[in-house]
Amino acid sequence: MSSIGTGYDLSVTTFSPDGRVFQIEYAAKAVDNSGTVIGIKCKDGIVMGVEKLIASKMMLPGSNRRIHSVHRHSGMAVAGLAADGRQIVARAKSEATNYQSVYGEPIPVKELAERVASYVHLCTLYWWLRPFGCGIILGGYDRDGPQLYMVEPSGISYRYFGAAIGKGKQAAKTEIEKLKLSEMTCREGVIEVAKIIYNVHDEAKDKAFELEMSWVCDESKQQHQKVPDDLLEEAKAAARTALEEMDAD
Amino acid sequence: MASKQPENSLLGPEADSQRTLYPNVTGTSVVALKYKDGILMAADMGGSYGSTLRYKNVERMKAIGKHSLLGASGEISDFQEILRYLDDLILYDNMWDDGNSLGPKEVHNYLTRLMYNRRNKFNPLWNSLVLGGIKNGEKYLGTVSMIGVNFEDDHVATGFGNHLARPILRQEWHENLSFEDGVRLLEKCMRVLLYRDRSAINKLQIAKITEEGMTISQPYSLKTYWEFSAFENPTQGAVGSW
Repeated sequence: MSSIGTGYDLSVTTFSPDGRVFQIEYAAKAVDNSGTVIGIKCKDGIVMGVEKLIASKMMLPGSNRRIHSVHRHSGMAVAGLAADGRQIVARAKSEATNYQSVYGEPIPVKELAERVASYVHLCTLYWWLRPFGCGIILGGYDRDGPQLYMVEPSGISYRYFGAAIGKGKQAAKTEIEKLKLSEMTCREGVIEVAKIIYNVHDEAKDKAFELEMSWVCDESKQQHQKVPDDLLEEAKAAARTALEEMDAD
Repeated sequence: MASKQPENSLLGPEADSQRTLYPNVTGTSVVALKYKDGILMAADMGGSYGSTLRYKNVERMKAIGKHSLLGASGEISDFQEILRYLDDLILYDNMWDDGNSLGPKEVHNYLTRLMYNRRNKFNPLWNSLVLGGIKNGEKYLGTVSMIGVNFEDDHVATGFGNHLARPILRQEWHENLSFEDGVRLLEKCMRVLLYRDRSAINKLQIAKITEEGMTISQPYSLKTYWEFSAFENPTQGAVGSW
């Protein structure tokens, strides 16, 4: 698979001779093994979708939320170790309410992304901490319009108009690049995200999955919320039809 | 920079300078009643600085979440602080995004705990609050004082409203008032308060909360009548006046 660390991978405070920090790379592997998470920036907002792999048939649908609101205007979707993700979400919520309390306005998405990224990075600097085993897609709507950021376990954060992490990220990225995002509304974006997730889901390796989607757009009054049930059903139906058409070829 | 305190005080040396001892900018009565579709609440827009009517554009009623309406009399800065606490409460409630939301009963309970706990620390939030709302068809109207006394009723008032408005409401309130009757009744109460409460001003708002949401009227004034014959030649027959 990848190169063996052989002694340079025991601590996150150790560099390898070729300048890599293996512990961080291993943390990224935890993200790569999780269900796909994608986010896109449409012309009037952000849409995020998660392929929630269902571990057991006994789980209640709608439980185990993977997308969390961080403040009224922003939310984050988590891939990788769920418990690590919860910690990051809690920290992000705290940063957002603190900013609001000090500056009197909702935290700009850029600022929030920076704070989350530096918190994730913090845990890669000390040997008594381990890196977070999760990737974050952060979407929000502030004065400068809708913005999408992605934060990796290394603490890197970039702004994107389309991002994907997890198992099917390569295939998802290809699909996203085909979309004309600047002309798409969020309503249309929801359908497209559903189609992509259904598409990249590997029926052979992983049996069942649940689709969870959220948006923050003009239609939701710039509030981050779960995609309304009727639109979600419409998206799922469109995605299933698209899959069947593909299989029929 | 030690502040003066009694020798038998159990609190630390700097603690006294932090505790609320008296209010500075205050609002006067709030009156509210249940009507057919929800709650109607009235409050004037005055903020008094002692005996001076210094601020005349103070909104003393605010919507809390989807289902509640909060009106406050007393210290305006403490009211703003309470709004901040409630804003955090509603924010965390919204972030669950699970189809549930805090109703007026829950908010009233939270406020009661808040006020009572501050009172126990001898550092009260110097307000009398009126919390009304409607959730799933159930109307709720309650009040909390600065010492944590709380109760719910079909009509409530704070401050002078208790002495001047409640008697009117006890006589004339009935179940399922129409919107127009409710407003008329509130205006009757506010008019009496305007005549008799020196910290009342003739600029009020009426807010209503129903299942559809909260609306608050633009500020307006009540018509008053001063042509009572007793006011003509008021000193006639009075002994020792000028």
